[in-house]
Amino acid sequence: MRMKQKRPFNETVFLLKITITLFFVMYVIGMIVFREKGFTHFQTFLNLFISNASLIVIAAGMTVVMLTGGIDISVGSCVAMYCMMLAYMMERQGVGAVGAVAIVLGTGIVFGFVQGFLVSYLRIQPFIVTLAGMFFARGMTAIISVDMISIMDKQFLGWAQHKMYIPFGGYLSRKGVLIKPFIYPTVIIALLTLVVIYFMLKSTRFGRRIYAIGGSEQSALLMGLNVRRTRLNAYILEGFLTSIGGILFCLNTCSGFVEQARGYEMEAIAAAVIGGTLLTGGVGNVFGSLFGVLIKGTIETFITFQGTLSSWWTKISIAALLAFFIILQSILGNSKFHGREST
Amino acid sequence: MDDSIVLAMHGICMTFPGVKALEDVDFTLRKGEIHALMGENGAGKSTLIKVLTGVYEKDSGEIRLAGVDHLVENKSPEDAQRLCISTVYQEVNLCPNLSIAENVYIGREPRKHGFIDWKMMNAKASELMRKFSIDADVTVPVGHYSIALQQMVAIARAVDMQCKVLIFDEPTSSLDEEEVAKLFDVMRALKARGVGIIFVTHFLEQVYEVCDRITVLRNGKLVGEYTVHDLPRYQLVAKMMGKDFDDLASIKSIRTKKPSDAVVVRTDHLGHSRTIKPFSLEVKRGEVMGLAGLLGSGRSELARCIYGADKPDHGRMEMNGKPFFASHPIDSMKAGMAYLPEDRKKEGVIGDLSVKENIIIALQARKGTMHLLSKKDQEKFADTYIDLLQIKTRDRDMPVRSLSGGNQQKVIIGRWLLTQPDFIILDEPTRGIDVGTKTEIQKLVLQLADRGTAVMFISSEIDEMLRTCDHMAVMRDGSKIAELDESQLNQKTIMATIAGGGK
Amino acid sequence: MKPNFKRITHYRLFLPILCLVLVLLVNVIKTPTFFQLSIRNGVLYGYIIDVVNRASELVVLAVGMTLVVAASGGTDISVGSVMAVASAMSCFVLAGGQVSVNSYAAPWGFGLLAALVAATLCGAWNGFLVAKMRIQPMVATLILFTAGRGIAQLITRGQITYIRVDSYKYLGNFIPHVPLPTSIFVAILVVILTNLMLKKTALGLYIQSVGINKDASRLVGIKSNWIIFFVYTFCGFLSGIAGMIASSRIYSADANNIGLNMELDAILAVALGGNDLAGGKFNITGSVIGAYTIQALTTTLYAMGVTADQVPVYKAIVVVIIVTLQSEEFKKWFSKVTARRLLVEAKAVEA
Repeated sequence: MRMKQKRPFNETVFLLKITITLFFVMYVIGMIVFREKGFTHFQTFLNLFISNASLIVIAAGMTVVMLTGGIDISVGSCVAMYCMMLAYMMERQGVGAVGAVAIVLGTGIVFGFVQGFLVSYLRIQPFIVTLAGMFFARGMTAIISVDMISIMDKQFLGWAQHKMYIPFGGYLSRKGVLIKPFIYPTVIIALLTLVVIYFMLKSTRFGRRIYAIGGSEQSALLMGLNVRRTRLNAYILEGFLTSIGGILFCLNTCSGFVEQARGYEMEAIAAAVIGGTLLTGGVGNVFGSLFGVLIKGTIETFITFQGTLSSWWTKISIAALLAFFIILQSILGNSKFHGREST
Repeated sequence: MDDSIVLAMHGICMTFPGVKALEDVDFTLRKGEIHALMGENGAGKSTLIKVLTGVYEKDSGEIRLAGVDHLVENKSPEDAQRLCISTVYQEVNLCPNLSIAENVYIGREPRKHGFIDWKMMNAKASELMRKFSIDADVTVPVGHYSIALQQMVAIARAVDMQCKVLIFDEPTSSLDEEEVAKLFDVMRALKARGVGIIFVTHFLEQVYEVCDRITVLRNGKLVGEYTVHDLPRYQLVAKMMGKDFDDLASIKSIRTKKPSDAVVVRTDHLGHSRTIKPFSLEVKRGEVMGLAGLLGSGRSELARCIYGADKPDHGRMEMNGKPFFASHPIDSMKAGMAYLPEDRKKEGVIGDLSVKENIIIALQARKGTMHLLSKKDQEKFADTYIDLLQIKTRDRDMPVRSLSGGNQQKVIIGRWLLTQPDFIILDEPTRGIDVGTKTEIQKLVLQLADRGTAVMFISSEIDEMLRTCDHMAVMRDGSKIAELDESQLNQKTIMATIAGGGK
Repeated sequence: MKPNFKRITHYRLFLPILCLVLVLLVNVIKTPTFFQLSIRNGVLYGYIIDVVNRASELVVLAVGMTLVVAASGGTDISVGSVMAVASAMSCFVLAGGQVSVNSYAAPWGFGLLAALVAATLCGAWNGFLVAKMRIQPMVATLILFTAGRGIAQLITRGQITYIRVDSYKYLGNFIPHVPLPTSIFVAILVVILTNLMLKKTALGLYIQSVGINKDASRLVGIKSNWIIFFVYTFCGFLSGIAGMIASSRIYSADANNIGLNMELDAILAVALGGNDLAGGKFNITGSVIGAYTIQALTTTLYAMGVTADQVPVYKAIVVVIIVTLQSEEFKKWFSKVTARRLLVEAKAVEA
């Protein structure tokens, strides 16, 4: 019996292709429009990574949670909380940089566990749990310190300011000096994390279980997978990644204050969605989210180079792109339809 | 336990709130045997399977498995799989976003140095697909393929797990003849290897083609276990549908009028692509039209198509002589139709609303949002039907979910009677209801017909339909295959028509 | 005695009223003059008046949120941002595009209309995404949650726009010769009119029905999608009213701060009011009581020295506790545990 099926329309690949194309198109436009202002320098490209190292990791974590069909809108507030924790511990409590980082990582795991437990075992809607988490973390930030704390810890600042030069892609400044491009360790950490998560999702049983429960929780259960434990572990992992993201963010700003990272969760969600992660779960990968972050970074760079537009335009463009992709996902999703109609 | 037996279930009881789903059921599966598990809706077969596979936890009873010393207590599908009981369900239970290879091996992927060996997994999966003559790319998400192919993948997965007990729960609903034949080849090969197979199905031909034994359940109780040889088709159908003849056959005398000639509903090749093949029929004023057929024959689907619950995409329809099309159930209601759904829990009862609200809601919807029924009217209507139908409730403001199943059903019947429809569809109105109420409802149907309402009546109990119907349409496998008029309405003819040709 | 106790605790509004009483009690203990009223310049003053006054926006939002939760089992987290949009529209129209004015550039009614229309459109957008595009409510409203403030900023060109006209301040403060703050009347009016709408038409019934069982509702002829679209649109409309009140208090449009964090407060009010966040039957009175309770709670926290930024921590904890108690899994676990304990006790009695 032959059951030949022609290669069917793969919407995952389709969405990802749109994202990558979009990024390249935008970047090329930028290079053309802003060539006078130095958009074509390699450093501009590298700056995308430098400014968004934290977001890359957070978006990866968001992808993991979204793959299970959930979401976490507390990440922005958590980042602020972690920054404040680092600053407070190092500057007011005399904790060393290494120790402070370790404590923050531990907190990330605990936070992820609590949220994951409420979602997975008590079956409370992820949105409500993480909305509470968001307010909890933001409030905690204020409880730790209402005033801004700047980090002076030498070791920490050393990590933050250590320039790593790249031997190619430099340009000659107007004075004839070769300006070499550079990145910071945060970029390396972010990309390494990305690669690790990619392989975890792709080539470990845990990773595939995450995709399975996002694709169909019912089927996963009937096929003998432990859905509850997998989901809890996904949130724990994401909590851990958020703490890494928080540390990277802090390496960027070297301070802790209450209003930091407001709206960051939106950027992470947008990056994941634009990168092809389905809100309904089961589809997505972290490299797509990377491109989502790069697109956001490119838009921000546009706005900066343009000079006159308010920074709110970044938020609006991201929201517009997000709306576009959400609707696109919904249309593609609704094309599948079996049997009885539902409301 | 006897060496030839691979699975023995004894005295299984399972109760859900208000319903005894399984009462003291036994089931024995031998090695190298294909054993059919049959019964109508509510008989308990899917509950029995779910108890075995750990989806439900049984209340009492014993399960023994060959090779396992202790009694089997499956608390989750994970436990069942570990004991090597694998299942293929009617609704394809694969993850549509994962590839064929992944679905087959999820939870037991081949690994190299701790990481999944994709190459090996894809190769093994391709080999497996070849064995089943499925020509498909194993790296493509399974959701892109047809349901039939997905079902074959699910079957391949279950078989690949090399289990001693294999359960097929209605696996052929989405397969065509060729694919079913292939499935049977596989089953015979497994049988030769000594695997015990439980085959849940409602397709009679298939049972007689490939099974060795049959266990029949009815209303949660065991009717009996038979070898296929000893049980001809006619007898099988009789055992599934039951032959408890009530002495109240006399209720037919309630009818004083014959159905008129005026046609209320006429369909012309009306169909809904995924659920019911195009059908044409007429229902006259004052007539009770029954839909007979086994589970899965498409009776409910036909009813839903007429009402517009599933929007028809084929053919035409007329109400009272005028062309009619429903884009939303409200249109059908305004044209004078009413519909009592088969699944009253999911589609009928609005649990947290009161008895009163559940009764008046359809009438309210027909009147329109702006014209709220006055409190006095609401109470009057509710009381009328609580009285008429003898609904047992402390007062009209109790939430409907606190009522027993039978009384909930009466509430929904009252809801539709209140709208005084020209045409009412009753899909299994007496399922899960005590005998006394059953009779009341049957009498009610006759009274409605006498008053000139056209009624469409669906029931798995043939004698019920014999007592109430003037005319019958017989369904099989998703299409209408015959119509029987008054003279042909007897148990023998009906069951013969359902069973069809063959042994 | 026992049956009566059971009846009281099962009364729908028991929990909300209990919470309110508790919070008021704590308030009185902290501030013995809490319930004291005095009249100054022909206007009533007192802590309790302050609480009721400041809760008005939240009451209005809570009404809208109750219906959204009831019909769709989801929440609208854009309400704060929509408030910002509404206030921006109002100030933009009334200032004629300038940053600060001392007299109206257009009649006040135009400003109100612009605000309400803009807010209603936002609600309709949410409703479209949820009802027609079948997107999860939280995600759908997430878009305006982000973009809303940006849009508000754009409308006011990034400046805080001031309307320094006395009559503009009436809504959020006092109308001359009226002893009570205006917003209290607005809140009460919204509650009354909404209740009329729900009780005098079949809407209340439909909303509950759709929330409890969408499929069954469709089969009895209710247009479930329209109902869902309606509740989101209505919620947007109410956010517009709340935005106008907030704007009037500070006689300006501050896109960054108007309505900030009010979404959690609104959800919390709905939950405190005894409403099930999964949808179905609802109780507006409960949400209203919940709103006043939250405001009283905030006042208590302020009195204890907690700053505005720190208050969310306590609210978050309260939300988690309530939602946990409501969750099916928890109830199942709890009944299993109590059943086991009763069994153990019974066995001990036997022995």
